[in-house]
Amino acid sequence: MKFVKALASATILAACTFGTASAADLVVGFSQIGSESGWRAAETTLTKQQAEQRGIDLKFADAQQKQENQIKAIRSFIAQGVNAILLAPVVATGWDEVLQEAKDAEIPVILLDRTVDAPKELYLTAVTSDLVHEGNVAGKWLVDTVAGKPCNVVELQGTTGSSPAIDRKKGFEAALAGKDNLKIVRSQTGDFTRTKGKEVMESFLKAEDGGKNICALYAHNDDMAVGAIQAIKEAGLKPGKDILVVSIDAVPDIFQAMAAGEANATVELTPNMAGPAFDALATYLKDGKEPEKWIQTESKLYTQADDPMKVYEEKKGLGY
Amino acid sequence: MTSTVRTYLGRLLPQLIALTIIIAAISIIFPGFLNLQIQNGRLYGSLVDILNRGAPVVLLAIGMTVVIATKGIDLSVGAVMAICGAVSASLITSGHSLAETLLITLAVGILCGIWNGILVAVLDIQPIIATLVLMVAGRGIAQLITEGAILTFNDPGLIFIGSGSFAGLPMPVVIWLVFGVLVALVVRQTALGMLVEAVGVNREASTLSGVFTPVLLIAAYVLSGLCAAIAGVIAAADIKGADANNAGLWLELDAILAVVVGGTSLLGGRFSIAASVLGAIIIQAINTGILLSGFPPEFNLIIKAAIIVFILVLQSPRFRAAFAFVSIPRVAGKPTEREAK
Repeated sequence: MKFVKALASATILAACTFGTASAADLVVGFSQIGSESGWRAAETTLTKQQAEQRGIDLKFADAQQKQENQIKAIRSFIAQGVNAILLAPVVATGWDEVLQEAKDAEIPVILLDRTVDAPKELYLTAVTSDLVHEGNVAGKWLVDTVAGKPCNVVELQGTTGSSPAIDRKKGFEAALAGKDNLKIVRSQTGDFTRTKGKEVMESFLKAEDGGKNICALYAHNDDMAVGAIQAIKEAGLKPGKDILVVSIDAVPDIFQAMAAGEANATVELTPNMAGPAFDALATYLKDGKEPEKWIQTESKLYTQADDPMKVYEEKKGLGY
Repeated sequence: MTSTVRTYLGRLLPQLIALTIIIAAISIIFPGFLNLQIQNGRLYGSLVDILNRGAPVVLLAIGMTVVIATKGIDLSVGAVMAICGAVSASLITSGHSLAETLLITLAVGILCGIWNGILVAVLDIQPIIATLVLMVAGRGIAQLITEGAILTFNDPGLIFIGSGSFAGLPMPVVIWLVFGVLVALVVRQTALGMLVEAVGVNREASTLSGVFTPVLLIAAYVLSGLCAAIAGVIAAADIKGADANNAGLWLELDAILAVVVGGTSLLGGRFSIAASVLGAIIIQAINTGILLSGFPPEFNLIIKAAIIVFILVLQSPRFRAAFAFVSIPRVAGKPTEREAK
């Protein structure tokens, strides 16, 4: 019994030392969804980089798209007594119990890039981008660029019913509202893929008088835009000039297209969600000051004027 | 001779009627649909788009037809497409010549086919389970090859396969036409086709009557793997990159659907490659038509399903029996045993 008590007090002592320690001794668990897209691979790379820069010991767990793996990972992080947990949740529901366990163990949980349907007090904060805002930035760019000239827009939507597709459409339409010179003439889903983006763009070009009626393309992600650019070229038109191309995500390949003058603008969905998360965590551990429940990442607009080749070089090593 | 042509046309009649109705319907909704013009030395228009975009499913359907005729099924073709696309992209970017790249890629497709074939023919695992293994694992293998990213390439030779043209037709169309005719000739001008049908109807009886079934079964899956490899190269060349996550995704289902729309029974036995090719073109015509029609994307799948149900009803033996007077005599007058059931 005495031994157990001694052990317990030693643990408490250790916990106290941890609590007051600087970021240099932080141990953070990161439960990642998996690597289903290039963007997610880049997010993983950047999270590891950010942790290394701050001297944080990052424990990484890949859930391979399964919630049960994420729950297991979180329980194991709790058992290991990490200082904080980063969670990129694969689905929105079913987190209450395990988040409560983390809360009981007094380990703050920060959500990355997606949110959950759980009481807000169960997690410290959520770091995500605003999908509606992204669409809005793209729309504003187009409104400013055409500067009052009449312009028919075609839209390549993401996977029907997915939240990025719904929100990026909403934001773009909001930016175009009241601008009578801009009109969305066709809108179809390209399933976020290059192949479908190309196929759908081919049909848009046929349907709109060989593309002569189209002045701009808005794609819900860069991959569809890359496919569509090829379709525009094969139809004998110049993407970026005859048809303006604006898309969202800022993956490396779109910067190559921008450098070649074939794409005009992209809105970044930053894979650096961990940076702001670590900053908020550091402040919280230092002063005990709780951050806002939602930290919105920047939706930065890149155009051909932003030295696309340089950005491409920076981004291509991130695992996109 | 005329009777052979008539039998042949009779076999393809339901598919031809369905295709004609669909094309007529689309050209009513979208008048420019039938326009064809020469642009940059190649035919340009929506009809060419259908033949071109349909290339992967047409190729998969050719292999799938033979597999289904043996009473099997190949669920792995979509994943094999992804693997082969990834292999070709990684070979060409690591500096191999075009010939080497294509040879190795096709060899990988054949290898995938041998794997499926051995599971089915030698280990006697049910085809749907045997090929499910590669369907699930294949996409992972492809992702390992591309390291999770879209592997892009700039080799003009490889790109030509996807977006070049020959004799005014896009390369993918030329490839499936030539390949389809070749396979049809090989199976129909030799006894191979008949042996495949025999295995499909009754594997045991065929074995007992001296057909070397394991080799024949493996050959069917090898053909399917080869078709998937060609389709994978075309899909990658088309977008100048190998997308392991999305290349060929769900296309195995479209290929099976093409075979069914083509009138080949999933129970094995009699098959027609030409009809399956028509089936694939019908599916692509529906897809292209929906894109041109300008309906909101929420309707895409519903419209597609409704048309498919309509075509399948047209083909059902009961429906044909009820409307025997409009059906052509051979089919109505001399139903095969299975149709009579």
